[in-house]
Amino acid sequence: MHSFGHRANAVATFAVTILAAMCFAASFSDHFNSPSPTASVKILNINWFQKEANGNDEVSMTLNISADLSSLFTWNTKQVFVFVAAEYETPQNALNQVSLWDGIIPSKEHAKFLIHTTNKYRFIDQGSNLKGKDFNLTMHWHIMPKTGKMFADKIVMTGYRLPEQYR
Amino acid sequence: MGFIGDTVESIRSIQIRQVLAQIISLGMIVTSALIIWKGLMVATGSESPVVVVLSGSMEPGFKRGDILFLHMSKDPIRTGEIVVFNIDGREIPIVHRVIKVHEREESAEVDILTKGDNNFGDDRLLYAHGQLWLHQHHIMGRAVGFLPYVGWVTIIMTEKPFIKYLLIGALGLLVITSKE
Repeated sequence: MHSFGHRANAVATFAVTILAAMCFAASFSDHFNSPSPTASVKILNINWFQKEANGNDEVSMTLNISADLSSLFTWNTKQVFVFVAAEYETPQNALNQVSLWDGIIPSKEHAKFLIHTTNKYRFIDQGSNLKGKDFNLTMHWHIMPKTGKMFADKIVMTGYRLPEQYR
Repeated sequence: MGFIGDTVESIRSIQIRQVLAQIISLGMIVTSALIIWKGLMVATGSESPVVVVLSGSMEPGFKRGDILFLHMSKDPIRTGEIVVFNIDGREIPIVHRVIKVHEREESAEVDILTKGDNNFGDDRLLYAHGQLWLHQHHIMGRAVGFLPYVGWVTIIMTEKPFIKYLLIGALGLLVITSKE
């Protein structure tokens, strides 16, 4: 009746059930966090702006990125992946999203930062539409949990404009 | 009677009903696993709702052996999302993050570029020769949930088939010999 096998099976089943319930509870508790992050991005300089041989516009810029994302962290947060993307419309494309910079925030202590950087990924248009182009810079973040559901949100910053001439 | 006689006698003593009941319960286990898997496929809209991370290219977010839950909704792909995609001529799908999206005005076709968080450069080197962008049909799903370590079971079983056969054998023996 109560052999070793039965007892081992019962203990293992119980342990896995409890573990699953705890993972679910940890992930569910993330819903009670209502974060209030802040961000601001300044374009300090357009380093160069040109049309490539294949006809696509490319621009290089220096950015000043500051943010306070510490309210995103809960006890179930492993890390926060943060990036800044340029978003704009062109006659051909309804939406263009180009990631310019990204970073991984490993803990709450590092979640308040100020970074001075050139764009990490190339800002290349599909075509030649960037002269005098209005665009948004959006700071996105993706919260990677220790276990469970992943969350993502963003702050859109508007009113940026590229120069009228190549330089 | 001797050893052989004893064995024959013990085999004869197994009742046919019990054997049938065990076969049926084994069949129930297999079919319910299949039902759960196919049910997940329908619910998530992805042809493989659960994937195991096999490489370290998304560390420290996803390590080898972690499990990702995928979802394939109608929502368009956007930057920052972690997608699982298939490359033509490559058997194993890749889990990486989207860094660039260009979406057409009238056809709503998308050009997508991905990169592993832990990789230095983007994924164009991984794509098929001469391929610059991923399109909607390459995407198998986007990651929505995460469970650490559980995937090690499948990694160990695919890399050490001996352990897989040992496990299957032990389970089969357990099912056959259990008397309940």
